[in-house]
Amino acid sequence: MAAVWIPPQLRYLTRGAERATVPGDTLRAVIDALDAAYPGLRDRLCEADEIRGHISIVVDGDVTQRGLTQPVRPDSEVQIIPAIAGG
Amino acid sequence: MVLETEKKQKKYKVIGTRPIRPDGLDKVTGRARFGADIDLPGMLHGAILRSPHAHAHIVRIDTSKAAALPGVKAVVTNADFPHVPAEELSLGEGAVNLVHLRQNVLAEDKVLYHGHAVAAVAATSAHIATEALRLIDVTYELLEPVLDVRDAMKQGSPILHADLRTRDMGKDGDIPSNIASHLHFELGDADHAFGEADVVIEREFTTRMVHQGYIEPHNATVSWDEDDHLTIWMSTQGAFNVRDQMARLLRLPVHNVRVVPMEIGGGFGGKISVYLPPVGAILSHKTGRPVKLVMNRTEVLEATGPTSGSYIKLKMGATKDGRLIAARGELAYEAGAFPGSPVGAGCMTMLGPYDIANATIDGYDVVVNKPRVAAYRAPGAPISAFACESVVDELAEQLGIDPLQFRLQNASKEGTRQLRGTTFPPIGNVAMIKAALASDHYNAPLEGPNRGRGVANGFWFNAGMQSSLNASVNGDGTVSLIEGNTDIGGTRASIAMQLAETLGIPMEAVRPTVVDTDSVGYNAVTGGSRITFASGWAAYECGMDIRRLMCARAAAIWDLGEDDVEYVDGVIRARKDAAKKFTFAELAGRINSTGAPIIGNASVSPQTVGGAFALHIADVEVDPETGKVQVLRYTAFQDPGTAIHPAYVEGQMQGGASQGIGWALNEEYYYNADGTLANASFLDYRMPTTLDLPMIDAVMVETPNPGHPYGVRGVGEVPIVPPLATIANAVYRATGVRFRDLPISPRRVLKETQGLE
Repeated sequence: MAAVWIPPQLRYLTRGAERATVPGDTLRAVIDALDAAYPGLRDRLCEADEIRGHISIVVDGDVTQRGLTQPVRPDSEVQIIPAIAGG
Repeated sequence: MVLETEKKQKKYKVIGTRPIRPDGLDKVTGRARFGADIDLPGMLHGAILRSPHAHAHIVRIDTSKAAALPGVKAVVTNADFPHVPAEELSLGEGAVNLVHLRQNVLAEDKVLYHGHAVAAVAATSAHIATEALRLIDVTYELLEPVLDVRDAMKQGSPILHADLRTRDMGKDGDIPSNIASHLHFELGDADHAFGEADVVIEREFTTRMVHQGYIEPHNATVSWDEDDHLTIWMSTQGAFNVRDQMARLLRLPVHNVRVVPMEIGGGFGGKISVYLPPVGAILSHKTGRPVKLVMNRTEVLEATGPTSGSYIKLKMGATKDGRLIAARGELAYEAGAFPGSPVGAGCMTMLGPYDIANATIDGYDVVVNKPRVAAYRAPGAPISAFACESVVDELAEQLGIDPLQFRLQNASKEGTRQLRGTTFPPIGNVAMIKAALASDHYNAPLEGPNRGRGVANGFWFNAGMQSSLNASVNGDGTVSLIEGNTDIGGTRASIAMQLAETLGIPMEAVRPTVVDTDSVGYNAVTGGSRITFASGWAAYECGMDIRRLMCARAAAIWDLGEDDVEYVDGVIRARKDAAKKFTFAELAGRINSTGAPIIGNASVSPQTVGGAFALHIADVEVDPETGKVQVLRYTAFQDPGTAIHPAYVEGQMQGGASQGIGWALNEEYYYNADGTLANASFLDYRMPTTLDLPMIDAVMVETPNPGHPYGVRGVGEVPIVPPLATIANAVYRATGVRFRDLPISPRRVLKETQGLE
């Protein structure tokens, strides 16, 4: 199962858990599984079936550009970070 | 200077050489065409009226007198834009709220900074347009401005946007606030770790708003045709981003907008968001004629995006054997008039050079009555590195450890977990610090009074994102390369070199051309240090596509199966018959007589950027009478992965260092108490010139990025990260005073060292 690192601001939804392991072979499935375990998480991460604009999700070290369709492996690491800008 | 060059030159024929840039002749002869060179039949000239106030309600705008002036063809205000929803628009990296973008281009009901655009005129000459601005009558109701990030965060501070709430990872606050967002990062347990630290240092830092200082002002010429097709000729880092912004702002289909990127005189992140094109578009729509707008320097400084002023409080702890174990930071960045400061990147890069297991960092994005900030070369990172590298330097001193040695023993490396949760892939941080430790500069004596040597490290993520290009093989053995990325730092050359390397042909046989948005696939911005990495990767894929097509053609000519033909060092040959072979040029000469033309295509979106580190050493001398800081010697070390064109990498390193030295010593937006900008010219906004700087030695310590076909890492941004702290640490050793408020101008030096005001 994929390991998801929960950002500090969302840990009130995970009862303080910093890390969650959930099933799912796509980011959508992983977030759905997270939301089932910790209701409200999906709403904080997604809007209208897309990742919110100011949030980036990192899968195995790379910021996903495929949105919720990003494939996730059973041993994947997933991080949730603010979107950043470059010059 | 490139370390480990010998190994690379055995591996590559083109990569690592220093050919003349393809656009060099046009640039040095003046033939290159920039946005201000555009002149179209029937073209009108635009001018923009700007707010003299930092914060005010717009009560009324009377344009009737201006419209009546002979030669004036149109006058527009924000009311001439279509309604747009409050949705986010991606700018490639980062995003902007469409309503805020529209309100920044022309103010709606409030002006939010001195220089904020209020109305615009199109006339038959630039002089008439400027004269017409004087006839526009604007009635303002003045409001109290808030100029400092800490003031703006206080309860009771003047509020810029009544509808702005503090966003906290997807959740919005309940009350109006100037704090647009709050970020929070945690790694390990900082509270516990501080309890185990033998030395703890906590300091506060402030920096001022500074501008990128690109030499070419913003410009745009816009033609809105009768069939609602827009064409825009302009200076931009991202033609496709401009296309998207214009389509969304003007509610047009994307295919109705064509952006022609002209040559560019610098951007550094400041030429991604639009300022002039939407204004030119509605003026052109009203008049039915093309409209050209060119900013002057005052407009650039007052009204285009600089980077944030900031306040940082940083506490770090180490054990007596010199191990960094804890950090706690609070970073507040000015966003200017609308949300969007680079505080997130500042938070996430600050501790990048170090393996530090416990950290808690809070970031605040804060609106103030100053121009909306834009990206500026490694956005946010130089500011936070200034704080971090100053505290690290002080910790090393208190522990009695050499500052470079202290950085080495705490250096991040492959597998180090970063604050944002991810771990580093193979990186060159350790090798780079070792090279600096062993360098002539670091080991040379520095003698004489009032002199000091400083060092600092810096990290920047780099970016990948989307790149597309294509290349056609010509009958004479050359290849026409079509790309969509504005060439700012020599990327025509660096992309062409990677295509040439892949094809095994000379770089001079590749002819690169940058084209408009209708003529090539989508390309994200020239920014994020991504072009040589991502577009270079596309060039590699394109080259492999051509190789496959060339092999297929040779197989057809020889009546062989495609698998019986191979491509080796620019030669297409039969695997089992040494007599059957073509050089690239020989087969190119037969393409059009043996079948269809050969065109390679590639589109990529790679993410394995690798990350970049830079370490700088500076020697300075401080004049005790004038307070002037003279940089005596400066060396920049950097891991560029594989340096494709070493001269251009050196140029980026020297350019980044120069900008950072200016930021450290002289540059600042100086505001009067009423919020008016007092130094909106290059006479008063003091950037360094060649007379102010020594030769900056550039040392490339190559650790190829395994995430790229040729080992490339982005190089353009990270060299501006260390200079602020490098200079501050050097000045400390020259004067005995730690400067934690930038810039370290003569005035501040005299104040701190002699108590003079």
